[in-house]
Amino acid sequence: MPTIQFQLNGTAAAVDTDPDQTLLDVLRGRLGVTGPHFGCGAGECGACHVMVGDRAMASCDMPMWSVADKDVVTVEGLGTAAQPHPLQRALIAEQAMQCGYCVSGILIGAAALLKRNPSPTEAEVRNALDRNLCRCGSHNRMVRAVLRAASEMAAS
Amino acid sequence: MSSASPAPTLPVSLAANPKLSSWVKLNVEGRVAISPGKVEIGQGIVTALAQIAADELDVDIGRVEMIRASTAASPNEGVTSGSLSVQQSGRALRHACAEVRQRFLVAASERLGVDASLLDIHDGTISGPGNVRTSYWELAGDVSLDHDANAGATAKIVAKRTVAGHSVQRVDIPDKVFARPRFIHDCPLPDLLHGRVLRPDTSGAKLIALDETATRAVPGLVAIVRDGGFSGVVADSEAAAEAALKALRRGATWSAGEPLPDEADLAGFLKSQPIETTVIDTRMAATTGKPTRTLRRHYTRPYIAHASIAPSCAMAQWDGDHVHVWTHSQGVYLLRADLAIVLKLPAENIVVEHIEGAGCYGHNAADDVALDAALLANAAGGRPVRVQWSRHDEMSHAPFGAAMAIEIEADLDADNEIVGWRHAIWSNGHAARPGRAAQPALLAATEIATPYPRMISTNPPAANGGGGDRNSVPIYDLPAWTITSHRLLTMPVRTSALRTLGGQGNVFAIEALLDEIAALRGEDPIAFRLRHLRDERAKEVIRAAARRAQWKPQKKSGIGHGVGFARYKNTGAYCAAIAEIEGTDDIRVKRLTLAVDVGEAVNPDGVINQIEGGAIQATSWVLKERVRFDRTRITSTSWTDYPILTFSEVPAVDVEIIQRPEIEPVGAGEAAHGPVTAAIANAVYDCLGVRVRDLPITRDKIIAAMELAS
Repeated sequence: MPTIQFQLNGTAAAVDTDPDQTLLDVLRGRLGVTGPHFGCGAGECGACHVMVGDRAMASCDMPMWSVADKDVVTVEGLGTAAQPHPLQRALIAEQAMQCGYCVSGILIGAAALLKRNPSPTEAEVRNALDRNLCRCGSHNRMVRAVLRAASEMAAS
Repeated sequence: MSSASPAPTLPVSLAANPKLSSWVKLNVEGRVAISPGKVEIGQGIVTALAQIAADELDVDIGRVEMIRASTAASPNEGVTSGSLSVQQSGRALRHACAEVRQRFLVAASERLGVDASLLDIHDGTISGPGNVRTSYWELAGDVSLDHDANAGATAKIVAKRTVAGHSVQRVDIPDKVFARPRFIHDCPLPDLLHGRVLRPDTSGAKLIALDETATRAVPGLVAIVRDGGFSGVVADSEAAAEAALKALRRGATWSAGEPLPDEADLAGFLKSQPIETTVIDTRMAATTGKPTRTLRRHYTRPYIAHASIAPSCAMAQWDGDHVHVWTHSQGVYLLRADLAIVLKLPAENIVVEHIEGAGCYGHNAADDVALDAALLANAAGGRPVRVQWSRHDEMSHAPFGAAMAIEIEADLDADNEIVGWRHAIWSNGHAARPGRAAQPALLAATEIATPYPRMISTNPPAANGGGGDRNSVPIYDLPAWTITSHRLLTMPVRTSALRTLGGQGNVFAIEALLDEIAALRGEDPIAFRLRHLRDERAKEVIRAAARRAQWKPQKKSGIGHGVGFARYKNTGAYCAAIAEIEGTDDIRVKRLTLAVDVGEAVNPDGVINQIEGGAIQATSWVLKERVRFDRTRITSTSWTDYPILTFSEVPAVDVEIIQRPEIEPVGAGEAAHGPVTAAIANAVYDCLGVRVRDLPITRDKIIAAMELAS
């Protein structure tokens, strides 16, 4: 099996894998990175989103061969309780979830948006998050959290 | 003559599980362990219960550790459903913690030689005059909580509560934000294997032959399991399990299956089936006004999918004739009872332990996949097996919320006042939960070699809020009514409990017709409702929503406003909703304004979060959702075929809580669905002049209603 090398959360990773295996399988299985969640397996719900460069992308249908030499960030790479990403702080401040299963994908979608557009409008936030489904109805809190994080980041 | 006050009684959950130590444990390290029988399903209940416990015990909430429910140790509180958790678990914990506090005060009084009434507790430290002090933690070894609760214990008065009634941050959110494993999907056990189950595309098809040759060649395969029509694979990774399942599917031969109804004529189907008819309620008028006309209206709602973002998941591990099951079921004891039937084991050989799943909106496939895991793990040589359903199976084999046809006849007098009201419901039952019958309700139980019949869903009794008939008895003071429920005795599409059971459909129908009658009279729909209500709490939520939405905003072209109201189950939370929509034939809900009264709101922000979520989910149901099928199979098996509301489509939601700390709390999770549904439908009329009585309210339905009206 070929070895595929990529950057994962700022650290070099190398995995011997079938190149057609999905990134989500490798992350959750071999690498034990369980932040990205399986939701549909068809790239339709956003629960498995990871950031590749400055784009949020579904990892459930992303073959490993396409990940070679890429810079991949999962929710684990955004921040920690000791050093949270402003988005993580904002989600807590806004209590922006109910079940939270979609949250790791939402955080990635929002982080990618803020990378490209540090001061989005509410409509731009909603538009960016349209690729993420939330079934519990926490959308408005999440949008408020993203706007809060954006203004916090602009102020710092 | 003395008037005896009634003897105090224990809260229902505490009466069923009286031992204090089964609810509360205090340890010498300064920790408080609280064990509710209710489970976190995304609603934030664990936080509200922690607040109640922290308040009654006078400890910082940071000391409280909430123990996940398990049949090994937890109190048996049945099922986490029906918006009853704060009512049942909350009351039990408040009472139990009050008694625990009292027992420690007595022990402290003895140790310190100070009268208990002079002692204070602050974050577990007990102090009294002369600077004497001890603590829960010092006394923990001496005070036994292995006693049955005493009905005479009294909780704090409202004014002394400092945690309950405040918006404390949820205890589970940091884990979820920092991706610390908390979901069952993310909790690997050592030596974990992965399982997948083979299920047919065709509805009701049975596995009749299986060629396993190709599957045996899949690398990583550990076992192929076949028990009659139940079949699945166990492998050493998820990818291998998926590959093995794919191979197994190619080797499967299925029977023809059972026909599904005509999706285009749900009402026709529902009204043509064998039924069991129950008269839910009648009211006879003392004096009857003379009817001059009768309005007869038909309403329908489709089958609705739970559609959690996560597919259902479970883990199981066998040790001889004992099995341990990890599940996101709503009822660990109820699931255990069904597992015991199917596995032919005494219940004490089975431990069922809860781990959080994704948001749960009723009886989804959580219980089904738990049996799947137990069956597959039996072939894993003592290793644990994790089974996860596919999105496809989640959207086709899990139970759905039942479709409903509702017919209301309203007799009107010469002034268009209501003098008679007949409400009839045709629907499958709204509950086929496990653990309540001699027969199991789990999917695989119908597939194994000696199968059990598929459980036909029934309706909970009226005392528990009913099922198809939930919220069908008007809360309005109408002079006469007859409410009839027709439950189907066939069930080609599997149904069970989904948020509100029949409440959403019935509130939609009642509130839409009231709106129509108010319009006939030329009366403001809010004034009309207030005139027919006697309950002040009901009137106050309607007035509060109206004030907040500045009812009634001036009429503008292309904008419509509508109102809906209900008290959930007629015994739970009061909720009024006002919808603002815009559109011509494709409508958009711009804003929802709601007022809610849950009695004591233990965590006000948690209540608002639940109401917001319910309102948004209801908007999704109303505008977009219906389970699709042809005559042989469910076809809405992906997010493309079963779209839900997206971020851009979500309305602004504004919620006001009417706090009533002196009134026992009730749940908030299901209060908004009915009122929001009705408010949107009524706003569509206000905007477009047509009544859409067939959910969901899509462009096609609006055009059809316009054609009918012209």
